[in-house]
Amino acid sequence: MPNLGNATALTCRECGNSVELGPYYACAECFGPLEVAYDIKGLTRADIEAGPRNIWRYKDLLPVPPNVAEIPNTEPGFTRLVRADQLASALGLQNLWVKDDSGNPTHSFKDRVVGVALAAARELGFKVLACPSTGNLANAVAAAAARAGIRSAVFVPSDLEQQKIITTAVYDGTFVTVDGNYDDVNRLASELAGEQEDWAFVNVNVRPYYAEGSKTLGYEIAEQLGWRLPDQIVVPIASGSQLTKIDKAFQELIKFGLVEDKPYKVFGAQAEGCSPVSAAFKAGHDVIRPVKPKTIAKSLAIGNPADGPYVLDAVRRTGGAIEDVTDAEVVEGIRVLARTEGIFAETAGGVTVGVLKKLVESGQLDPALETVIINSGEGLKTLDAVAPVAKPSANIAPTIEAFRATGLV
Amino acid sequence: MKMSVSVRIPTILRTYTGGEAEVKATGATLREVIADLEANHTGIAARVLDDTGKLRRFVNVYVGDEDVRFVDGLDTATPDGVQVSIIPAVAGG
Repeated sequence: MPNLGNATALTCRECGNSVELGPYYACAECFGPLEVAYDIKGLTRADIEAGPRNIWRYKDLLPVPPNVAEIPNTEPGFTRLVRADQLASALGLQNLWVKDDSGNPTHSFKDRVVGVALAAARELGFKVLACPSTGNLANAVAAAAARAGIRSAVFVPSDLEQQKIITTAVYDGTFVTVDGNYDDVNRLASELAGEQEDWAFVNVNVRPYYAEGSKTLGYEIAEQLGWRLPDQIVVPIASGSQLTKIDKAFQELIKFGLVEDKPYKVFGAQAEGCSPVSAAFKAGHDVIRPVKPKTIAKSLAIGNPADGPYVLDAVRRTGGAIEDVTDAEVVEGIRVLARTEGIFAETAGGVTVGVLKKLVESGQLDPALETVIINSGEGLKTLDAVAPVAKPSANIAPTIEAFRATGLV
Repeated sequence: MKMSVSVRIPTILRTYTGGEAEVKATGATLREVIADLEANHTGIAARVLDDTGKLRRFVNVYVGDEDVRFVDGLDTATPDGVQVSIIPAVAGG
């Protein structure tokens, strides 16, 4: 039996069928997603606060062995929660925070999920850490495998941002670019996962464990707010896993008495060029119609999002909403966050800021209530998005006269 | 002559195919291919289709390079020699 801490089994989210902890991700009865079930007793704030300043302080709530923090890993998490008064005032809000996950070891929230996937994969006997990726996950898997001293095998669409290609290749694992979009790469990985039995495709055959890593975003936000939940949270949607797991984290904190029970609303953010979940939300549907993505927000460009139906459930249950913004609004979102708070987000962050603005303007989000938005990644990885508009004020000869002549004095 | 296609079977359905990762089937449409699979590997259709006979929500089926949800669903044509692939949808991201 693998030692995965308080995790006890895998349960199908659709039909409730339960299987033992193992390398399974889809229910053998109905193909529904398997979720980790736990037996957790008597967890206190003090237990958590005594842990390391990374995601392993929440290890009792994750499918990882008790000694997880001692095994070489990238030690992700506990990124800063930034009080964003100037962004708030620019967008007409009164009480706003940015959870800045660009501060992780490979500069996106993916280090969290990969940390958990690596620990679980090790316990389950896998030898290779693999993934299909839109870029951020590629970085995180290649780095975590390097740190752990195991082989990585990473597959990405060949039209990915050059920055994300280089920041994966540098770790020197097996790294393959594929002529196709992310959904094509994902399909390839799903087929490969059926062939390569000792390869852990973190977001395919060990996805139930991997996905649990995103809960740590929710735990941290609550802990950093002084052990309480925000009123509203805005989360970018790619597969939808991050949003559903933040909601799950909030529910668990309530259940274990670590925060006071209170209503909160979960909002989702997509780019218009890949907005299948937003479209379903607006149309009142509970199924997602897949799309072929076309947006600069490539880290969110998943046309067939696995957790889309559960995003709709969480957003509707909490009274939130889902919006989408154009590529121009994404760029403006990146710029306003940089200008007002000194945070350089990647395109996904631009999507979230753009959607926040739209939600306020349309009255769907209450500007008076305490709101947290997620910046899931680092602007240096998507330089092309802002390169046409982010330029020096002037170029001059090295003289005072030349500077004065610019009118910038 | 009957159309013959090759069907890639995901790990969780290989109990129905004696462990085979790839099997042959016949049919001019995906619907017929699944019926033929069921004739040779009893029980497999109920895993792929729901009670109303539709593709289950969390199953992706590809005919060649195309996700059948972008084509004609179960009525998608399956030309002779094409590769059909059945894949759990809950992956990625």
